[in-house]
Amino acid sequence: MAQPGTDAQPLRVAIIGSGPAAFYAAEHLLKREGLVVEIDMFDRLPTPYGLVRGGVAPDHQKIKSVAAAFDKVAADPRFRFYGYVEFGKDVTVADLREHYHQMVYATGAQTDRRMGIPGEDLQGSHPATEFVAWYNGHPDYQDCRFDLQQERVAVVGVGNVAVDVARILCRTPEELAATDISDQALDALRQSRIKEVYMLGRRGPAQAAFTNPEIKELGELAGADITVLPEEVELDPLSREALEKSQDRATLKKVELLHGYALRKPGGKPRRLILRFLVSPVELLGNAAGQVVGMRLVKNELRATPAGTLQPKPTDRFEELPVGLVFRSVGYKGVPLPGVPFNESWGVILNDKGRVLDPDSHRPVVGEYCTGWIKRGPTGVIGTNKPDAAETVTCMIEDFGQGLLLCPSRPEAAAAEALIRQRQPNYISYAAWLRLNELETARGRAGGRPRVKFTRVEEMLAALGRSEGA
Amino acid sequence: MNIASLLAAKSGQPITIRPERSVREAVALLARHNIGVLIVVNEANVPVGIISERDIVREAARNEQVFGRTVGEIMTRDVITGVPEDDLASVANVMTEKRIRHVPVVDKGRLVGIVSIGDVVKAQRDKYRGEVETLETQILADNN
Ligand SMILES: Cc1cc2nc3c(=O)[nH]c(=O)nc-3n(C[C@H](O)[C@H](O)[C@H](O)COP(=O)(O)OP(=O)(O)OC[C@H]3O[C@@H](n4cnc5c(N)ncnc54)[C@H](O)[C@@H]3O)c2cc1C
Ligand SMILES: NC(=O)c1ccc[n+]([C@@H]2O[C@H](COP(=O)([O-])OP(=O)(O)OC[C@H]3O[C@@H](n4cnc5c(N)ncnc54)[C@H](OP(=O)(O)O)[C@@H]3O)[C@@H](O)[C@H]2O)c1
Repeated sequence: MAQPGTDAQPLRVAIIGSGPAAFYAAEHLLKREGLVVEIDMFDRLPTPYGLVRGGVAPDHQKIKSVAAAFDKVAADPRFRFYGYVEFGKDVTVADLREHYHQMVYATGAQTDRRMGIPGEDLQGSHPATEFVAWYNGHPDYQDCRFDLQQERVAVVGVGNVAVDVARILCRTPEELAATDISDQALDALRQSRIKEVYMLGRRGPAQAAFTNPEIKELGELAGADITVLPEEVELDPLSREALEKSQDRATLKKVELLHGYALRKPGGKPRRLILRFLVSPVELLGNAAGQVVGMRLVKNELRATPAGTLQPKPTDRFEELPVGLVFRSVGYKGVPLPGVPFNESWGVILNDKGRVLDPDSHRPVVGEYCTGWIKRGPTGVIGTNKPDAAETVTCMIEDFGQGLLLCPSRPEAAAAEALIRQRQPNYISYAAWLRLNELETARGRAGGRPRVKFTRVEEMLAALGRSEGA
Repeated sequence: MNIASLLAAKSGQPITIRPERSVREAVALLARHNIGVLIVVNEANVPVGIISERDIVREAARNEQVFGRTVGEIMTRDVITGVPEDDLASVANVMTEKRIRHVPVVDKGRLVGIVSIGDVVKAQRDKYRGEVETLETQILADNN
């Protein structure tokens, strides 16, 4: 048998997922001098780009444009895309071991963290993950319903996802109509009666997870006035001391921005966005019909851990906040893949620098790797996945050099394609995706929108002249 | 960003030793695993100290019989431990301020990992690089 990594026998790599981490890994592999590699990239969705399509907010089109960089990677003749093929369902670890020398899991964080408080599952309480997927047209979430007839909404958490959710809720219909938000969400948000949006941070302004450009944007909304309570934006002695010592510029700037908001007078805009700090929901309150009508908040104080972090400590002071809709934006969470070792503590694949580890021996599993959110947890921006993928690829190349590879019985592109065609006759190639992409942008052009998304798989297949089961 | 996200992509368990073990055994462990410190734990797996190459060298400089001593006798006792929810930034500050190079991480009383100053510096650099790489990818995308 020919030596893998050569023209006679390219190194065959399967990448599961097609978000930023997957594309960065593919790019690093394809750029490798002196290595002939073939990449097959799988996604359970017909469409690529992961959270760039299904997470990044529709009013942030400039960031979504990174997709064009991923298209360049996909244009390499040694790259293939198998969209609408789910790992664990359509293909398994055992299948892939017969066809590839190495595989990389880049499946992201597919679910949400829970708050663990009573009432969390009342009607009208939703994870932000679902709302985000819904307004971005993710096919799995198109049957979700959010009661936007409510006047008061709370978003729990003050990370950048919470900011996205609050901002989308505050945008005017005109602003939204210029984006690629799903048609369904656009219609629902046009009818929205929301007047007040609360964002709830359990710690203080100096500990808020959102970043400065994002919080600055909230102060520039056409349809909503932002306010912060003066007493909550004042730094407590511990935060002040920590900030004085660290002189961290981003945090200083953040605190200054928030102080500015506390001084603002309402400008008479139709909506109000209220940023709260040092409060934690302890219970969601429901009516007889099981619908959220409010939440009970406890006021927190900050305490330092031995390692110096200021953490919230509940006091005995409570308040009730009447709200009819709640979005819990307290973080994403990875889900285990069938047949792949998982680290329950951190919600990631059990790994060391991207090498998947055997749960018993803690030794690397030959030929299996991971990158992105499923490797390090749900933090970081798009570009964070680039050095992350580079670290994983370095391990792959090292192991390849040592001859630590799988021994697939059918390491040919045609054999893999035959298997996939048999398991999922309707798989979507990159060429098919690019056709869908053109159709979407064409649909948008008339209305001056970047695109009008297909939000159902049947719709996508029909647009390509196919039908499910064909 | 908290330190849990720093432990997520680091292999399993930190290497530990009990305080009644000999320095000889500690040295063997350090060499076998090619590491610079061991977490000293009691029978309940709760950290009670740290022993580093430095601790051993310092003791060796004044005591020829260093190998026969117990880990408990020469370890550093006042260890600062972290929890997974600790912010990366505050851990970084404490480490530089107090000049400590390793922080054992404990979850519900159980030792779950260790972060070194190297890990912390790398994580901070990656965070910064993330912003830059996002911009670079955008620029690359625009250059059609
Ligand atoms: C709401 C939100 C907004 C964000 N906004 C920004 C922003 O504005 N700017 C920024 O820089 N960063 C932003 N981020 C962060 C950025 O999106 C992430 O860092 C990045 O997407 C993580 O990349 P990933 O490849 O690990 O995962 P993902 O992007 O989630 O990709 C995972 C892919 O794997 C696929 N998959 C999952 N399971 C399977 C399976 N079993 N079989 C096959 N395929 C599977 C999924 O369908 C998905 O396509 C945002 C994140 C969120 C959640
Ligand atoms: N525009 C952008 O660049 C953009 C947009 C979206 C997302 N992203 C990135 O994607 C990543 C994920 O974002 P994210 O917002 O999901 O995560 P995140 O930044 O980790 O924020 C999570 C928020 O939830 C809070 N929280 C957690 N548990 C809680 C609880 N039990 N009760 C109350 N509050 C709780 C956290 O508070 P504590 O700090 O107190 O834990 C924090 O405010 C981040 O790295 C983010 O920067 C970037």
